[in-house]
Amino acid sequence: MQAVVHVAGLEKVFKVPEREAGLRASVASLFNRRWQDVRAVDGVSFEVGPGEVVGFLGPNGAGKTTTLKMLSGLLHPTGGEARVLGHVPWKRERDYLRRMTLVMGNRNQLQWDLPALDSFELNRAIYRLPREDFRTTRDELIELLDIGDLVRKPVRQLSLGERMKVEVVGSLLHLPQVLFLDEPTIGLDVTMQKRIRSFVAAYNERYGATVLLTSHYMADVEALCKRVIVIHHGRLLFDGRLDALVDRFGAYKTIEAVLADGETLTLQVPRDETSAATARLLADHDVHDLTVEDPPIEDVIEQVFAS
Amino acid sequence: MSAQESALRSYWDFYLAGMRQRIQVGFQYRAATYMYTVGMLAEPVIYLVVWRTIANQHGGTINGVGAGQIAAYYIVWTVVRTFNIVFTPFGWEWRIREGTLSAQLLRPIHPVHYDMADFAGQKFPWLVMYSPLAVGLALVFHPSLHPRPLEILVFIVAIWGAYVIRSLNHFVLGMLTLFTTRATSVFQIWFLAELLVSGRLVPLSFMPHWAQTLAAWLPFKWTFYFPIESLVGSMSTQTLLTGLLWQCLWTAIGSVLVFVAFRLAIRHYSAVGN
Repeated sequence: MQAVVHVAGLEKVFKVPEREAGLRASVASLFNRRWQDVRAVDGVSFEVGPGEVVGFLGPNGAGKTTTLKMLSGLLHPTGGEARVLGHVPWKRERDYLRRMTLVMGNRNQLQWDLPALDSFELNRAIYRLPREDFRTTRDELIELLDIGDLVRKPVRQLSLGERMKVEVVGSLLHLPQVLFLDEPTIGLDVTMQKRIRSFVAAYNERYGATVLLTSHYMADVEALCKRVIVIHHGRLLFDGRLDALVDRFGAYKTIEAVLADGETLTLQVPRDETSAATARLLADHDVHDLTVEDPPIEDVIEQVFAS
Repeated sequence: MSAQESALRSYWDFYLAGMRQRIQVGFQYRAATYMYTVGMLAEPVIYLVVWRTIANQHGGTINGVGAGQIAAYYIVWTVVRTFNIVFTPFGWEWRIREGTLSAQLLRPIHPVHYDMADFAGQKFPWLVMYSPLAVGLALVFHPSLHPRPLEILVFIVAIWGAYVIRSLNHFVLGMLTLFTTRATSVFQIWFLAELLVSGRLVPLSFMPHWAQTLAAWLPFKWTFYFPIESLVGSMSTQTLLTGLLWQCLWTAIGSVLVFVAFRLAIRHYSAVGN
């Protein structure tokens, strides 16, 4: 199956001016300006197939957003190549821009003073959508996210979570085949996060869209992504199934045993000693209930970065 | 329908939607729009009072232009100024920082069209709110204004021409921000030149011959002086039509510059904002 997103050796280096603090350094920088090369993305390669939902993980400054910005055509790379839906993103061809979207958690593409429906209407004109198709899609998405009462209020009167839901609908009116979601649930409460998650899952299922998602909320990743790509300092550390990541980097397992007398024992044991520890626990105690769990995904990711 | 026809219809559709949006905002915030319109009057009224005073001290005319014509010049000036207001290059830094430019770049339409549609829509609420003020100015300053139908027609085309030329020029200027975050000094020089040789501060007919010759080769005159004079002055039909051709030329030059500058500048865009 042909990859929808193909990335090979992608690099982005930012030239950043640097100087010490203070007036003297400020004057000195007039004559001798120093620059530092910051390698935000350093030879990243991966592929994403049609309909896949992939988690793109990494700590702050790992290069996730920079990669997404290159894949959506906002940034020109310093090196390497990328193709999305057969297009070179930074050529910014209209056919490409019509088929993808980048949703950023802190982006505001809606007209602040007017109801979102007016901004949707502008999007219809921008994406050249036939009116009938536009209305059908708009109503479908509004219903999917249950925001019928929000789209008639001026955007400035919406809460952060409400605005995010409306933003997401606005970004999908043209039914993009590729979604780059950069922390779409940032700053939202748990209920709102769940709503956005289930919406993305439903969109992916209904339209077969390919999704590349960054998030610091592991619940997002666990709920949506079977596969994850982990980058750190601009370099790819892991690319594979989420459960394989846990197998490889989950150094321990947690065994919780409820004894017959009601006491609860919680043990953290090295992964390869789990069977032996469980057997010993069962042999030595009168165990009423027993669970063996992988470490939380947050701990696994931390382990990946530490390694 | 051919591909070109379809593209043209799409642009028309986009401009209508964008203008409609801006008109709604303008009327929704009518008090703010009105205050802005009133504030805009300060500049031409000062110029008008100063030049009328000078004219009165010189026997009622300057370079053969009477006080009534000066009043007409600056009252029409306010209409032209309303039309040639465009997105300021100073706003680009904000636009980058807030992520607005990124949002525009993600969409399949050149960013210049957002500004053009948006500010074109803004003209209509302004014009509606300015009309009573224009009547007030006329009652106070007694302008001498007797345009021919052709002059009115050319004026209507010329104010939109001025708008398009200024939009394109300011877009090119704004893109300097993608090369350097502090491009404001360049903008200041540009606006100083515009102030001096556009007919904004001083009607060009009051200026020395060499300044008028210089102004003829720069774009500024076609965004202030020409539209004003097309209605106020007594230009021949040939001069009026030649003026429109000059506006077409500067529109073509501006379009090429926007196209080339955008291709160069966008490679430097670091999307540092949101």
